[in-house]
Amino acid sequence: MSEEDGDHHSSEATSTNSLSGSHPPDQVLETVLESVLQFLTCRRDRNAASLVCRSWHRAEAFTRSELFIGNCYSVSPARAFARFSKVRSIYIKGRPRFADFNLMPHNWGAHFRPWVSAMARAYPWLEKVYLKRISLTNDDLALLADSFHQFKELELVFCEGFGTRGLSKVAYNCRQLRVLDLSDTEVTDDNVDWISCFPEDETCLESLVFDCMENDINFDALERLVARSPLLKKLRLNRYASMRQLYQLLLRAPQLTHLGTGSFGLIENIQNLDDNQECNYYYSAFAACTSLVCLSGFKDVMPVYLPSIHPVCANLTSLNFSYTNINPQQFRSVIVHCHKLQTLWILDSVCDEGLQAASETCKDLRELRVFPVDADEDIEGPVSEVGLQAISEGCRKLQSILYFCQRMTNEAVIAMSRNCPDLLVFRLCIMGRRQPDSVTGKPMDEGFGAIVKNCQKLTRLAVSGLLTDKAFWYIGQYGKLVRTLSVAFAGDSDMGLRYVLEGCPRLQKLEIRDSPFGDAALHAGAHRYYNMRFLWMSSCRVSRQGCEEIARSMPRLVVELVRYDGEEGSFMEGDSNSFTVLYAYRSLEPPRNDAPESVTIL
Amino acid sequence: MEVSRRTANLLGGGGGGRGLNLKETELCLGLPGGGGGSEVAPEAPKANGKRGYSETVDLKLNLHTKEPATLDLKDMPIKNGLKEKNLLASADSTKDPAKPPAKAQVVGWPPVRSYRKNMMSNKNNKDEGSTDQKTSTASAVAFVKVSMDGAPYLRKVDLKMYNSYDQLSDALGKMFSSFTMGNYGAQEMIDFMNESKLMDLLNSSEYVPTYEDKDGDWMLVGDVPWEMFVESCKRLRIMKGSEAIGLAPRAMEKCKSRS
Repeated sequence: MSEEDGDHHSSEATSTNSLSGSHPPDQVLETVLESVLQFLTCRRDRNAASLVCRSWHRAEAFTRSELFIGNCYSVSPARAFARFSKVRSIYIKGRPRFADFNLMPHNWGAHFRPWVSAMARAYPWLEKVYLKRISLTNDDLALLADSFHQFKELELVFCEGFGTRGLSKVAYNCRQLRVLDLSDTEVTDDNVDWISCFPEDETCLESLVFDCMENDINFDALERLVARSPLLKKLRLNRYASMRQLYQLLLRAPQLTHLGTGSFGLIENIQNLDDNQECNYYYSAFAACTSLVCLSGFKDVMPVYLPSIHPVCANLTSLNFSYTNINPQQFRSVIVHCHKLQTLWILDSVCDEGLQAASETCKDLRELRVFPVDADEDIEGPVSEVGLQAISEGCRKLQSILYFCQRMTNEAVIAMSRNCPDLLVFRLCIMGRRQPDSVTGKPMDEGFGAIVKNCQKLTRLAVSGLLTDKAFWYIGQYGKLVRTLSVAFAGDSDMGLRYVLEGCPRLQKLEIRDSPFGDAALHAGAHRYYNMRFLWMSSCRVSRQGCEEIARSMPRLVVELVRYDGEEGSFMEGDSNSFTVLYAYRSLEPPRNDAPESVTIL
Repeated sequence: MEVSRRTANLLGGGGGGRGLNLKETELCLGLPGGGGGSEVAPEAPKANGKRGYSETVDLKLNLHTKEPATLDLKDMPIKNGLKEKNLLASADSTKDPAKPPAKAQVVGWPPVRSYRKNMMSNKNNKDEGSTDQKTSTASAVAFVKVSMDGAPYLRKVDLKMYNSYDQLSDALGKMFSSFTMGNYGAQEMIDFMNESKLMDLLNSSEYVPTYEDKDGDWMLVGDVPWEMFVESCKRLRIMKGSEAIGLAPRAMEKCKSRS
């Protein structure tokens, strides 16, 4: 069940049916097929449809308007665009996720250039581009802005390589722009006032997100932009936005549904109001925003201002306090109003107490993420198994959890597995490496075992703490729907990895670091790698020779060995047989030629 | 003379007990009793005054320095805000050397992205002075506005989060380091060693912290014991020394009338 755009499978599975398609009846059939298939939106359904026969394959390719490329190196732009000729929106993912944690060099790859150049020729009518973990330059953005005259949506997540100059090109040239969203993306300051580059007439802007930008923007220009964007629904300011600026924008745009509040604490040195007066102003501004359902920002919060968001709490479905270092009492005073909350991101500064408060009010909670204020091992953490247990008891509809903590027990994890059977995503990060159950001292095998056993819809799992091969046996035995598995500092032997590779038929993305899995396990999984998006193993026990054997026996698998010292941030010297990262992925193309010197492709 | 000696006693007296490497710093707020408490050190005035003075003579009045500025109680140099908006200060600069040695740090573990780590480390810097964050707002708070002349934004601090002028001085330094323009270093407080040094400072263009007290008077920060300051401070303003010159005599007088 490939998540790819179906390219790989279909080229292998192309049937020998000889529907030539030159007879009128077949053409009619195809036309009918196309008019039906155009309603198919889910890409997995489309992939399945494309495998039926040549005719369906053609019709599906002709009607696919959203193209999803899960790994930018698995297929070339030329090949993808030759098959799909009518694409209006494209979604490309680049670097593997563990690269976010300094385990890969910055220049590893995943460049937008070859894609945008090809798109400019193939899809002049392109409307939407979504990039994740891709490197793009100002020139790429300029090309994009120049080439696509109906361009409407640009979303960049975990991207980097460009600056405000590129943004200004997009703002200026894309007159039908509806969405410009930059999330967790690095934008260099080219000293260009990109906000002023939007056209002077009324815009079609519906969403403007730049909360990750680390530079000041021209606030007056932003205010005017918001004033002439009547369709604006999503606005996320960066942390340099002051309270006064936020206030003024709220007055301009009370129709907002998604708001990023910026600093929620910067006060300009011109106001002479006392606390109560200020709060009242902000309170009334928020009270006017009756459509607000999603609140984020608070990146430099002054807790005294938190009460001003109370008017919108009752309608909130999503609250992101993950940069907001507030204590349990401050948090409680907000969360107690948020009955409809479905998504909650917080810092562990709210403590188990805060989690308890959330569990009492947020009965509809679907997604919870608890991030650490102090991303350190060896410290006393403010959240623990107590908080997890409380959440499991109060939030029975929970589907997705990411939980950083310093201590955990099997009992709490087992409780969650029983109380929250709808879990799709369970990511527990016990920050002390190989840390056992903090009450019994035993490994965390039983806890994670219960999760895979009881949460039968589980598709994503991240494990931590002290784990033996038994935990992996459980995963292989019960984790039949697991597609993404993240492992760190876990397991005893090759058997652990073998259990997973042999037991989890849906496994797509496997990322492992610092675990004792070696060549034998690597080879045991060979039958899986063509059906997976990628395999990542760093600081494990695989050898160069083992990797070479795999590469030899699997010609369509690109095997990259990376020698990177994350500590120093540089290429590792030393013997060419050593490496830090094995990154292997299926591909229809020959190995890429844009890799830096720290990467060896076997 | 009596007043100045008493002042020196109040503020220089803690010098010996602090154990800070004063040579590295410019001026810190001379807190009665130094690091932990705010009571006046019960030593003989003469000895303390002299010791305090001789120690401070060695201080470099390096207010324009680009070197790490204020030394906090944990002997940790704080990088000041040269790259005002550069968030990417290493999180490691906040490690407390007094903590027990941890396991060797591993790259990329725990799996928290640098952006988030850097944001948090900036916040931790600000809260370093607080003793117990969890209870700080449960009890009474003492939020006061802090403005610095020339900085575009003002801040609020909860005075109850700090136990000493040193801690407050650190916090302010970190807060305003990102707003300082040009070559100025982080905010430093003034140390009332003696009248002439004080007058020097007030004649210069350095920044000094002042506060508005309950009576509506503007005073130089540091002239009263810490608790008295917390009770009476309504608002803080960091202004140029030359502007604060008018405050100094009043500070002396009030001190006289109180003691």
